[in-house]
Amino acid sequence: MSIITRGFRGRREAASADRVPPGQYVTRDFPVLSAGPTPHTPLDRWDFSIDGEVDEPRRWTWEEFRALPSEEVTRDIHCVTKWTKLDTVWRGVSVDTLLDGVETSADHVVQYSDGGYTTNLPLEDLLDGKAWIAFEYEGEPLEPAHGGPARVLVPHLYFWKSAKWVRGLRLLDHDEPGFWEVNGYHHYGDPWREQRYWGD
Amino acid sequence: MAGTAVLGRLTWRVADVVDVRAETPRARTLVLDVPGWAGHRAGQHVDLRLTAEDGYQAQRSYSIASAPDGTRIELTVVRVEDGEVSPYLTGEIGPGDRIELRGPVGGYFVWEPAHGGPLLLVGGGSGLAPLMAMVRLRAAVGSPAETRLLVSSRSEEDVLYRAELGRLAGGGLTVVHTLTASRPAGWSGYARRVDADMLAEVGPGPAARPHAFVCGPTPFVEAVAEALVALGHEPQRIRTERFGPTGG
Repeated sequence: MSIITRGFRGRREAASADRVPPGQYVTRDFPVLSAGPTPHTPLDRWDFSIDGEVDEPRRWTWEEFRALPSEEVTRDIHCVTKWTKLDTVWRGVSVDTLLDGVETSADHVVQYSDGGYTTNLPLEDLLDGKAWIAFEYEGEPLEPAHGGPARVLVPHLYFWKSAKWVRGLRLLDHDEPGFWEVNGYHHYGDPWREQRYWGD
Repeated sequence: MAGTAVLGRLTWRVADVVDVRAETPRARTLVLDVPGWAGHRAGQHVDLRLTAEDGYQAQRSYSIASAPDGTRIELTVVRVEDGEVSPYLTGEIGPGDRIELRGPVGGYFVWEPAHGGPLLLVGGGSGLAPLMAMVRLRAAVGSPAETRLLVSSRSEEDVLYRAELGRLAGGGLTVVHTLTASRPAGWSGYARRVDADMLAEVGPGPAARPHAFVCGPTPFVEAVAEALVALGHEPQRIRTERFGPTGG
């Protein structure tokens, strides 16, 4: 059910309509959404971990992480606050690379970050070329305000599912709602099904 | 904060525009009556959905500026000249019109009287709106929470809620203005962007462990939050809400 908003015409982005999920609009800026101050972790104190329900936890220092094979990916990103940004270019390490050879019975993952942010998603949404730990944006080191030194990139879900300032992935055998997920936002967050809030 | 957000599905409701108030040359407040509205918490926002005659839809989020008051809510919209939605909301829409919305949304950037004080509220431009909901709620329930509200505006004519803030000040609420672009003759207040020195003077300092809420454009929020951390405020006590320069 929708009512006509008298006198509203709007502005369509016809060229990219099939790439813009319902309720979203295209922006050329790169807005920032964060619930608190931006953390600044020196690279010599940064590491990245795979832990939880795994046979053996893994950990990389910044140098070890940067020595892993990385790839450039170009994707559209969709923020739950309604903006969509097309053709963003990232460089990062595929989560497949980080989990290669890891034995686990887990179905779920919690991404955890400096500053205490967490977000949850099914493990399968991080696998098979769907997710990266990104450290460059548009050819430059990722700025702290946008999640640097490294953030998750899971472009097929709303962007709060791509944790900024990420420090590790915790593999779990149960679903554990993260920061926004306990504050009214959807547990899965598929932009094409407009899963913004609880019950969507 | 677990469990404090709204339970269940947020359905679209049809709100009636009952009044429109000019706030500044570029901003106005829409007073909406929302049948079935179950209330909100100070700091939360709503999603608006606008539908053109050909079915095209646009959605935007706006913070609720009013304290909980039955089925009424107030949204303050600042016009973004090249925006898609804000020119309509600040120009075309008026009393008697209807608009779809759903909410309230958000369970983190929220203050309730039971949280107590002290409060340090820092707003830039229309980022004042959710902080105004907190100040209005504080006044409505007679909360004694010591509150410092620092308002950053471009010029005197751009200051939102100026007269009301003047009336509300006192009784534990201190309102401080800074004007960043132009000042009227004889202006004796701050005349620069918010910085650490200003925040230290406005207080409360980190020793008082205030609940800090910062809302405004991204560069404003980044600068204020970083300055608060540099002053020694605990990052976990600093809650932020940012909006980008476009989209309006």
